[in-house]
Amino acid sequence: MAETTTHSYLENTGRYKGLLSWLTTTDHKRIGLMYMWAMMVFFLVGVILGEIMRLELFRPGQQFFNAQTYNGIFTIHGIIMIFTVVIPGLAAVFGNFSMPLLIGAHDVAFPRLNLFSWYLFIAGAAIALASQFMGNGPPDTGWTFYAPYSTQTHTNVVAAVFGAFVLGFSSILTGLNFIVTIHRLRAPGMTFFKMPLFPWSIYATAWIQVLATPIVGITLLMIIAERWFRIGFFDPSLGGDPILYQHLFWIYSHPAVYIMILPAMGVITEIIPTFSQKRIYGYRAIAMSSLAIAGVGYFVWAHHMFTSGISTTERWIFSLLTFLVAIPSAIKVFNWVGTMYKGSISLKPPFIFALGFIFLFMIGGLTGLVQGSLATDIHVHDTAFVVAHFHYIVFGGVGFAFFAALHYWYPKMFGRMYNFRRANIAFAFMFIGFNLLYFPQFILGLMGMPRRYFDYLPQFTAGQQISAVGGWLLLVGIIIMLVNLFSKKGAKAPDNPWGGKTLEWTIPSPPTVENFENIPEVTEQPYNYD
Amino acid sequence: MHRDDLGARLGMWIFIFTEILLFGGLFLVYAVMRHRYSDEFHQAAHQLNAFIGTLNTVALLLSSATVAMSITAVQKGEKRMGVLFIPITLVCAGIFLFNKYLEWGHKISIGLYPGSDMMIGLKHGYILFFSLYFFMTGLHMLHLVVGSIILTIIMVRIQTGSINAGRITLLENGGLYWHLVDLIWIFLFPLLYLIT
Repeated sequence: MAETTTHSYLENTGRYKGLLSWLTTTDHKRIGLMYMWAMMVFFLVGVILGEIMRLELFRPGQQFFNAQTYNGIFTIHGIIMIFTVVIPGLAAVFGNFSMPLLIGAHDVAFPRLNLFSWYLFIAGAAIALASQFMGNGPPDTGWTFYAPYSTQTHTNVVAAVFGAFVLGFSSILTGLNFIVTIHRLRAPGMTFFKMPLFPWSIYATAWIQVLATPIVGITLLMIIAERWFRIGFFDPSLGGDPILYQHLFWIYSHPAVYIMILPAMGVITEIIPTFSQKRIYGYRAIAMSSLAIAGVGYFVWAHHMFTSGISTTERWIFSLLTFLVAIPSAIKVFNWVGTMYKGSISLKPPFIFALGFIFLFMIGGLTGLVQGSLATDIHVHDTAFVVAHFHYIVFGGVGFAFFAALHYWYPKMFGRMYNFRRANIAFAFMFIGFNLLYFPQFILGLMGMPRRYFDYLPQFTAGQQISAVGGWLLLVGIIIMLVNLFSKKGAKAPDNPWGGKTLEWTIPSPPTVENFENIPEVTEQPYNYD
Repeated sequence: MHRDDLGARLGMWIFIFTEILLFGGLFLVYAVMRHRYSDEFHQAAHQLNAFIGTLNTVALLLSSATVAMSITAVQKGEKRMGVLFIPITLVCAGIFLFNKYLEWGHKISIGLYPGSDMMIGLKHGYILFFSLYFFMTGLHMLHLVVGSIILTIIMVRIQTGSINAGRITLLENGGLYWHLVDLIWIFLFPLLYLIT
């Protein structure tokens, strides 16, 4: 056997040393980490922008900057967080790092394409960020780039839109890579129904990435053409239709929510049996519900447009479909709880983050139904209620699942453990801070606080201030977590610190370059704890 | 890593799905606007020259045939023929692009292009028809140019022997891409030129 295969993937064994050896790597584990470092930078930038908005909203009226600056900040906060953090999020980081390990593969199907996707990701993010400093100032359209405003504002929309287009291309290629990987590179004996559930969720996600992203790609090109050449597709004065833009945009951007949340659910589905030391309850139901969410989730987009002037028929059909898509999500929650029932639960940090996920995701999911029903949506549409709802999903859901995954696979990634007590303290700060930050927004929204407003009426002051304090606590929690994980090396991690049963725990921590010296033969179901 | 030809082909097919969906967004806009301004679309289509369109369709169909011939030649181990069919394909692509240059050039010279003063003054259905015409054929041409570059690379690879009867996946995938570009035109042609 060649010498290199027994080295840890973190050691430099290739042609280059140091940074270059990372930037030229085709190892799925290194690419996963490179996504993670990049995303962590973007995430912190997004967090700081969010905190700045909270400071501005601490009192009614203008505090630190004017309304136009505020518009620019919430736009770039949305663009960064949506397009460069939560959409690639778990799929790019743990889909890359963990998925090939879980299916017993040496790498993804197209390792060089995988590296190319990472470069596209960086290029897209750089272009989107450059929109802040070029042309006529930062875009002020919100991350949705709604026409006709996005085709008329003098700010630098084209760069931001083109950045999003490039990021979409990166997402498509990643999805394509994962589909082929899962079809072709599962270990011998691992049929689809012997595959662990995280790869299942990545598989469902990858299909959405491939089938939905091209639509937003072409739509964003239309926005650029609209601005440069006045093609008129979305411009009523030339015969176009702004509602058409909303349709095209949400045909992608609603499924994109499932691109974010499905891998999050997949991670939780790995963590819960490991820390309950019990076989997953309802394996097939969970696998199929991932596909159901991907399938039905493709056809609910117009629930973002109930107040945009679409027909009544459209409204009730999309409302009905929205309620239907809640069912497979609820099946998953039911099965997670069912798995814990009579399990041998060990309250380690990954499991605590997973519990946090379930709690926050349920609040986010149930408040989603408030907006899915037509009558209540009219009341809460475009209020802070919506802001609270989607932050419970994308931060409380995806964010907490990401941290759960990070604490779960950290020993495998770096071959080191971390301090459990500090991880729990970080969780406590984040969980309390998160709820203080976003729960008041539900109430403010119901009281009539509009979203994206720079100023507000005096009666909303108390709620906004509770939110701001929650934001500080959340930030403290994030800092404690990052310091705990990355400031100094912990004790050496064993190969299987949690007693997991999936394949990644059968190999050394950190894995060797080739992952498996010999590809294992799979004969049993995953999660065989009995 | 071992080679996985089936995996590479699967990847190519998925990529082709994404391309179809990319154009699908435009077909959707076309459908909506055609429904809304059917009379004006009908009249505007008279402005396009169906003869040139037909000529281009023949050129692209021929180019697809020659790519398929190149694949068969390489499969049979006839390297010289395999190389030869690619320039023929590229000549067909060149004819297509030249005709498009004439068509676009003519329209632009009479001021009929998105954003022109003349265009802004037209009826809504006309504006949208010609915007769609330029957008769809423009994006298609971009694909044709990319496909030509890919085929050129493939031609060199056949010549140097890195594509041969045993390692033909890159050629096959390049051929699939070329057929896709052809296929999209097969839909664009009737939608823009023939429904008059």
